[in-house]
Amino acid sequence: MGGAGMKIAVLQFPGSNCDQDAFQLFGGGLGLPTRYVWHKDTSLGETDLVVVPGGFSYGDYLRCGAIARFSPIMRAVQAYADRGGLVFGICNGFQILCEAGLLPGALIRNASLEFRCLTCALRVEDSTPSFNPRVLGPVIHIPIAHGEGNYRIDEAGRARLEANRQVLLRYVDNPNGALADIAGVRNERGNVFGMMPHPERAAERFHPSQDGLAVARAVLATRFPGLLRQTA
Amino acid sequence: MPAAPLPLNPDPLLNAPITPELVKRHGLLPEEYAVIGRTLDRTPTLTELGIFSVMWSEHCSYKNTRPLLKGFPTEKRGPTAAFGRVLVKAGEENAGIIDIGDGWAIAFKIESHNHPSAVEPFEGAATGVGGIIRDIFTMGARPVLLTNSLRFGELTSPATKRLLRGVVAGIAHYGNCVGVPTVGGDVYFDACYEGNPLVNALCLGTLRHDQIRRGAATGLGNPVYYVGAATGRDGLGGAAFASKELSQESAGDRPAVQKGDPFMEKLLIEACLEMMAVPGLVVGIQDMGAAGLTCSTCETASRGGSGIEIELDQVPQRETGMNSYEIMLSESQERMLVIVPLGREREIEAVFAKWDLHAALVGHVTATGRMVVKHHGITVADIPAGALTDAAPVYQREAREGAAPILARAWTPAAAAVPDLDGPGAQAALPRLLGHPTIASKRWIYRQYDHMVQHGTAVGPGSDAAVVRLRLGAGEKFIAISNDCNGRYCYLNPHRGALIAMVECLRNVVCSGATPLAMTDNLNFGNPYKPENFHQLRECVRGLAEACRFFDVPVVGGNVSLYNESPEGAIDPTPTVAIVGLIEDEAHITRQFVGAAGERLILLGGAPHELGGSQFLGLIHGLKTGDAPAVDLPGEKRLQDFLLAQIKAARVRAAHDLSEGGLLVAVAEMLFVPPVADGAAPPVFGASLDLAILGAVPRRDALLFGESQGRVVLAVAPADAAPVMAAAAAAGVAAAELGGVTTDPVLAVRSGAWAVRWPVGELRRAWETTIEEAMKRPGLG
Repeated sequence: MGGAGMKIAVLQFPGSNCDQDAFQLFGGGLGLPTRYVWHKDTSLGETDLVVVPGGFSYGDYLRCGAIARFSPIMRAVQAYADRGGLVFGICNGFQILCEAGLLPGALIRNASLEFRCLTCALRVEDSTPSFNPRVLGPVIHIPIAHGEGNYRIDEAGRARLEANRQVLLRYVDNPNGALADIAGVRNERGNVFGMMPHPERAAERFHPSQDGLAVARAVLATRFPGLLRQTA
Repeated sequence: MPAAPLPLNPDPLLNAPITPELVKRHGLLPEEYAVIGRTLDRTPTLTELGIFSVMWSEHCSYKNTRPLLKGFPTEKRGPTAAFGRVLVKAGEENAGIIDIGDGWAIAFKIESHNHPSAVEPFEGAATGVGGIIRDIFTMGARPVLLTNSLRFGELTSPATKRLLRGVVAGIAHYGNCVGVPTVGGDVYFDACYEGNPLVNALCLGTLRHDQIRRGAATGLGNPVYYVGAATGRDGLGGAAFASKELSQESAGDRPAVQKGDPFMEKLLIEACLEMMAVPGLVVGIQDMGAAGLTCSTCETASRGGSGIEIELDQVPQRETGMNSYEIMLSESQERMLVIVPLGREREIEAVFAKWDLHAALVGHVTATGRMVVKHHGITVADIPAGALTDAAPVYQREAREGAAPILARAWTPAAAAVPDLDGPGAQAALPRLLGHPTIASKRWIYRQYDHMVQHGTAVGPGSDAAVVRLRLGAGEKFIAISNDCNGRYCYLNPHRGALIAMVECLRNVVCSGATPLAMTDNLNFGNPYKPENFHQLRECVRGLAEACRFFDVPVVGGNVSLYNESPEGAIDPTPTVAIVGLIEDEAHITRQFVGAAGERLILLGGAPHELGGSQFLGLIHGLKTGDAPAVDLPGEKRLQDFLLAQIKAARVRAAHDLSEGGLLVAVAEMLFVPPVADGAAPPVFGASLDLAILGAVPRRDALLFGESQGRVVLAVAPADAAPVMAAAAAAGVAAAELGGVTTDPVLAVRSGAWAVRWPVGELRRAWETTIEEAMKRPGLG
């Protein structure tokens, strides 16, 4: 059976503040065995997906994620990703994965120079067999909350992203100045995912939508395609 | 024979003789200085003078307001319900605590950071948020939401824009980083706040009854720990700074403004909650807020009926060469004082080591009743702890109403020859009112706040009250929160204005489907030594207390901020009220937005008929006159009970109370349904109203834009209109079916032959774009 018994690890940096929300998304919303992994740990333990949650890892006064990439646990995440392990960064997690070189590009301050918290309409790109408009629908609605979500990448990098279909989501109404409206990307190999929007904030019955559950499933389905059939 | 003097301070600077000038510069009166001398039975050291000056400042001692505050009900009269009992009363601890049932409770409190924000808006507002969060988690509660209450001058002034930008960015910086959602608030723009903005921040946290912690130092010999950030010279004497008027020279007080580090606060929250989860590890805990180390040591000792002795050499310091005066008076942020049982030192140290935070053993609990401070082994202060807290002086100031409000209140529209509105006048007035920043959409502000983190926000900013789901162990509950105060009413009629602040806030909470639980207040006033200001303070407190008693809504704590004056004079009295309610069933959550064409619009409470103190008079006629609208407490209670019963009976699709701008503003706001996503096209509705049903009215402007209290507009399904009308009649609540929601995007209002139509899109643009346009920065996306 696809996905049954999948284990989820949610990283906890000292300034993570969406760790419990991410825990709830996977542990509560999807009902999967989920546990936290502390930033000072050097091993991830047995896991099928590493979630790097949102927040302000180490305060991020310097540059979001710039310090987090040097934390003990990130060495383990790097090795895990190199072995093909599934990694999903949300907001600050996306920033950390970019800083760590696990995802291409970088996130700089919003063009408005202000923090933005609002629900975004996102166009779903045809990226992987599980992450595409046929699975998720053409447009989904998920909140963002960040001051540095303005995605940047050089021209050659951008060309590679597009050629390899690495863009996962694009903003319908760009809230932060991101290049080509990019809201989320994956690595070339297809095992590391990152996005600025917060799927954990689109999961409960009173949230703006429940599209976040579908996004979480789509990421997991990279490794466990049965998960999509289960819920289709 | 007087007591022997203390030894010389290791810092020669602190051995300067105490002159009357020095006493005055510490904000102490000669008679207060005399009391200090009698208390100590000797001349105080300079360090002690500093300690007394901050503890006896208005900010810490409430010396001018304590007798007034005694009038507040601090307990629920009953009957004891399944929830609502007061577990920790106002004034006992850093924040009050209310039972919400099933063994769970909430702690909440509002606090001001007005003066720091006036001088340094970003850091002032940021540290205001940090301070109130510490007040909540020091009680053992996990902070789960923030709101704020802001007042600025008119948005046309560049100074206001600078303050608004800085304050909002500061609140966002701090709240977003610590991961506590800012779910709501209220913002007014009025010339009286020019130069003296108000920044009041509220925090609410959740805890189990058995998790309540107290700020008392008990147990002879128990170690006293200092945890959190190191001490610097920032915020020196901030409490004293908050207790004087702002002047041209206030910019020179910038060192008195603290600097916040929300990341440090986040670590401190987690470490403290982890520590408090260890059974029996915390004997007492208190944050170092105003008056820092001074306040936390003497208050915990005073509450515990004990004494405390500390050695300043052990205090973590981030600057070299700090003397005892500086260390004791520093208001460096993100610090706490913790008392643990003797022998369990390693356990607390392990928790803080995990979070890479200081946990320094700075002293121990004594039985002397004294606060003894040593520096380099030399005693630099030795004061009875109770003298600093309970023996602080108390004054009954002179109260006399000023002439200007009496004159303004006596005004009536007929006397001033203000012509009633004709059609074109009404046509022009509505978009102007909707476009005034006090009424206009606050989206520019709240989109900068993370209002969704902790993923419990069910109704975010922009409705009558915010609704948040609390996750409580395996269960959950929903609460509603709203804060409010119209300073203009309080200026014209302080007693009524305060009643209105209460009943309107209650109405907002009830409109969202909640049963009100308790209230916290922030009293923002001018210099209490001026009789006209003290009159306002006294009358407002009387009004709040009266309404609290009438509705059996206890006060669980709050804050007093006096000296809110700029060179132009005092602010309008602003007793900001925040009320929390419990929503018993998720299905009761009600918003202010209509849902479908065909819904019927019902006005509860009768035709508005008063113009006094209205936004309409101010904006359209340039008048700040007339009496504040009348308040009928029994009628208001009937209305709110009826409304809640109808919500519980699932007959209410939307409910919105009439406030600034009156009936048409309220109906327009109900039509401004938020889009599903930012930038998406919102659902478009219109409404058709026939006001003839309300009968003949003396003035049309008062009907359309007056701010009579006790009014709510409901949207109900067509089939529910008749039952709601019948129930209203049975409950003795005036109700009138004014019309319905249409697909035609027009607000059409008629009364007999008189008719006006507004395209809803135009109204919405006026309402949506005001603040955004005013705050636009050229060249930025």
